[in-house]
Amino acid sequence: MAATEAADGPVGAELRGWGWRHAGREMWALRGVDLTVAPGERVLLLGPSGAGKSTLLHALAGLTGDDASLTGDEEGTLLVGGRPARDARGRTGLVAQDPETQIVMARAGDDVAFGLENRGLGAAEIWPRVDTALSGAGFPYGRGRATAALSGGEKQRLVIAGTLALRPGLLLLDEPTANLDPAGAALVRDVLAGLGGVTMILVEHRVADVVDLVDRVVVVEPGAGVVADGAPGEVFARRGADLAARGVWVPGREPSPAVTAAVPGPPVISARGCGVRAPGGPGTAEAPDPVRHVDADLADAAVTALTGPNGAGKSTLLMLLAGLARPDRGEVVPAGRLAEADPRPLHRWPARLLARHLGTVFQHAESQFVTARVRDELRFGPLRTGTGHRAADARADDLLARLRLDHLADAHPFTLSGGEKRRLSVATALATAPDVLLLDEPTFGQDARTWSELVALLAGLRDSGHAIAVATHDERLLAALADRVLPMAAGALATEAVR
Amino acid sequence: MNAAARTIRRWRTVDIVVAATIAVAFGVVFWAWGILWNAVAPVFVAFPPAQGFMTSIWLVPGVLGGLIIRKPGAAIFCELVAALIEALLGSSWGMLDVVSGLAQSVGPELVFAVFAYRRWGLGVAIGAGAMAGLGNTVNDLITSYATWPFGWMATYGGLIIISATVVAGAGSWWLTRALARAGALTPFASARG
Amino acid sequence: MIGTAPLARTDAWAARANPAAKLIATLVIAAALLVAIDPVTSGIVLAVELVLLPAGGLRPRALLRLGVPLLVGAVSLGVVNTIIGTGGVWGGLGLSVRLLAIAVPGIVTAASTDPTDLCDALVQRLHLPERFAVGALAALRLLPMLAAEWRTLSLARRARGLEAGRNPLAAVRIFAGKVFALLVRAIRAGTLLATAMDARGFGTGPRGRARTSVFRPGDYALMAGALILVTAAHLVSAGFGTWRVLFTG
Repeated sequence: MAATEAADGPVGAELRGWGWRHAGREMWALRGVDLTVAPGERVLLLGPSGAGKSTLLHALAGLTGDDASLTGDEEGTLLVGGRPARDARGRTGLVAQDPETQIVMARAGDDVAFGLENRGLGAAEIWPRVDTALSGAGFPYGRGRATAALSGGEKQRLVIAGTLALRPGLLLLDEPTANLDPAGAALVRDVLAGLGGVTMILVEHRVADVVDLVDRVVVVEPGAGVVADGAPGEVFARRGADLAARGVWVPGREPSPAVTAAVPGPPVISARGCGVRAPGGPGTAEAPDPVRHVDADLADAAVTALTGPNGAGKSTLLMLLAGLARPDRGEVVPAGRLAEADPRPLHRWPARLLARHLGTVFQHAESQFVTARVRDELRFGPLRTGTGHRAADARADDLLARLRLDHLADAHPFTLSGGEKRRLSVATALATAPDVLLLDEPTFGQDARTWSELVALLAGLRDSGHAIAVATHDERLLAALADRVLPMAAGALATEAVR
Repeated sequence: MNAAARTIRRWRTVDIVVAATIAVAFGVVFWAWGILWNAVAPVFVAFPPAQGFMTSIWLVPGVLGGLIIRKPGAAIFCELVAALIEALLGSSWGMLDVVSGLAQSVGPELVFAVFAYRRWGLGVAIGAGAMAGLGNTVNDLITSYATWPFGWMATYGGLIIISATVVAGAGSWWLTRALARAGALTPFASARG
Repeated sequence: MIGTAPLARTDAWAARANPAAKLIATLVIAAALLVAIDPVTSGIVLAVELVLLPAGGLRPRALLRLGVPLLVGAVSLGVVNTIIGTGGVWGGLGLSVRLLAIAVPGIVTAASTDPTDLCDALVQRLHLPERFAVGALAALRLLPMLAAEWRTLSLARRARGLEAGRNPLAAVRIFAGKVFALLVRAIRAGTLLATAMDARGFGTGPRGRARTSVFRPGDYALMAGALILVTAAHLVSAGFGTWRVLFTG
C-alpha cells in the first residue's frame, strides 16, 4: 500500500473486451465493454436497470473476486492507471448509494480516520488529513460529532470525506444521491462540483441532477458493451428517446402524465390532536418527538400528500393515519363511509378489519412481504379478510396481469428487482380492495417507467373513488398527482396548500 | 494446505461483518423477545419446559452464524458478539453474558469442526443445537443451580437440550434455508445449499 | 453503552478506566467466585463492590432498570435452590450472593464502556484479532437501523391483517417471520457495509492507529485489586471454616 501512496493526481481506466457474469448466473451482466477514460475526465455512466453499471464500478474499484463479496466470472482486461484494478485499489475510491451502510465508526473523525488506519498510517499523519478531508467535503461539525446524529446528506458528505482523505486518483460514485431527500442531494452535488484533480465515473438515474457535473456520457447495454459515448447533449440527442423508454430519467424527456385534478370529497379519516413520542428500543438515540401536534383529514376520492424534509414526521403521521400505530396523544378516527365499518379509533380496529378497508405500502417493499411466493403474497390479504379461495385466486390473477407480474407468479418476493418489488407491494395493498390507500415514498429510487405506471395506477384509483395518502418528497409526484398538500416541519403541519 | 482449503478457511471482510451484523440483529431480537415473553409468560407458567424454550432463542446466533458463514470460528464469533451487544445495551448480567456466550457456542463450533466445516445439513444443525443446549446447561448449573440434586440437574439439562435441538438446531437450519431461497445469502457458499 | 442516553456518567472513575482492565477484573472475579458456593466468600467480595459502586457512576435510572431485575433474579435463585437444592437456606443464600457479586462488576463494566474504546483496548492491549474486533464495531452502526426495521415489520404485519391476539402459537409464528425478514435486511446491509470497508482498504495490510489505548496506574491497580480481593475472600472464608467448593455435597 505504501508504494501506491506516493503516486498522486488523477488516473484513467481502460477496458478491452471486458465482461462479467455473477456467480451462479447464466447471463452475462456486461460483455464486450471497450472504454477508455482519460485522467481527469468526468463520466456519467448510463443504462437501463440491470445493465451492470454498479458491477462495473465495483470491478474498477478492485472489489470483485474470490475474496470479495462480489464473485463471478470475468473476461477481457480492465486496467486502472495501467495496472489491474486489484493492484490499483490504493488509487480508487468508491462511494455507494446508501450512507447508512457506509459509516463504519461512531464518531465522524474516527470514521474518516478508518481508511487512513487501513493504509497503515500513524496518528501524527492521520489527524491532519482527517481535518483537511472534513473541511474539503464541507462537513459542518467537528471530529467528535456522533455519526448517528447526522442527516442522510451529512452522512454522505462524511463518506465522501472518508474517501477523499485517501487521495484517490479515480473516484467512483454509485448513485450517491439516490437515497437522499432533495436538500441532502444538493449537499452532495455541491461537494462533487467543487472537486478537482480526480477522475470521476458516476452512475445516476436522475440525470438532470448530475448532468452539469460531467463532461462525457457513456451508455451501456445489459449483456452487451458500450452503445453510445460522447458529450451529454450529443448522446441525449441520439439515444435520449430510447433511454427514456427504458426508464432512464433523461433531461427534457421525463414522464409528464396528463392527470386532471380531482375535487376532494368528505373526510374518511381524521387525525385529532395527534402526537407521538420518540420510540424506545435498543440503540436508539434520544430524539425529539416525531409528531408533536397534528390535526389532519384524508379526503375521499382525492390524493392527499404529506411532504417535508426527512425527519419532519411524515412517515410517522402516515402510520397513524393508516391505523397501524397508536398515537401517544389524541386519536385517529374514521369518518363518513369508513365509520360505517367500525366507528372506533383506527388503532383499536382488529388487524383483519383494517387490512380489509385500508391498504398500506411501505417504503421498503420487503418489510410487508409475509409469504415465499408472489402469488401467495397476493392471495394472503383476501384470505385473511374472509374472501373465499376461488375469489382470492381470481383477484391474484387479475393483479398479476395488471401490474405485469404474471411471469413472476412463482418467484420468491425477495428475489424480485426493485421495480418489481414496488409493483408487488402496491398489488398486495390493493388485493383486499380497500377504500383507502396509504403509501410511504412509493416512487423512491424507481426508474422513470415504474414511476409512470405508478402515477397512472394511483390516478385511476383516485378517479374510481379511493382516498389516497402519500408521504413523499418527490416534487414530480406532487405536481402530477397531489390534490391536497400537507407540508410538515419538525413534527407539525405548516400551512396547508390546496392545488 | 492447498489453495482450495485456504479459500475455505480465510475470512473475507464480508464474512466478518455479516457474522457481526447477524449478532447485532439478534441484539434487537433478544430485546423484542423479552417483551413478547413478558406478554405471553402467564400462558406458559403451567408448562415448565417453556423455560427451556425461552432460553433456546439465546442459542440461535451461534448455530445460525456457523450455518450461514461456514468458516471456522463463526459460531463462537457470532454468539460472543451477540452476548457483548446484549451486555452493552444494558443487561442485568452485565459482562457475565460474554461468559455464557462462550459456553453456549463452543459446543456447536466443535460439531462443525468434527465435520471439517464441510457438512451443513439438518443432522449437523441439530447436533450443533443440542451441544449449544448442553453448554448452556453446564453454564446454568455452575452459575445458578449448583446445589441441586443430580436428578434435578439431569431433568433440567434434558429439557433445555431438547428445546435447543428444536429451536437453535432445526430452527437455525430452517432460517438458513429460507434466507438462501430469499436470495439473501448470495455472497456465501450457503446460498447454494 | 450505546445510544445517547448513557447508562453511566462519563466523568466517573469507571468510565475513564481502560475497558480491557475492567474486563479482566470482571472476569477474574467471575472465575474465582464460580469455584466457591458459600455466602461468606462471595459476601466479602460483594461488600467491597458495593462500597466501590459510586465509582461506577451508574445513573439512578440505569441502576434501577438493571438492578431491580438482578435483585429479583438473585432472590428467586436463592428460593429455588433452597427448595430444590441440597444445601438448604445457607446453600440458597450462597448462590444468591455469588450471583450478585459476579454480576455487579459486570454491569458496571458494560454500562461505563464505550464500544470504540472497548475495540481499541481489545486490539491494542489484549491483542485480539483486529479485523474481527473492527468488523464487529462497524456492524454496531447498523443497530439503530435494524431496531427501526423491527418496528416497521410490526406495523407491516398489522397492515397485512396479521395479529396474534391472545394466541401464543400465532405470536411465536409471527415472531419467527419477523426474525426472518430482519435477518434478510441485516445480511444485505452487512454485505454493503463490508463492501464499503473494502473500498477503503480494510484488511489489505497492517493497520495504523488513530487512537491509542493505554493502561494507566489505576488500571493496573484495578486488575491487581480484583485478584487480591478474591484471594483474600477465599482465605478468610477458609479461615472461618465456611469455604465450600462447587459440586461438593
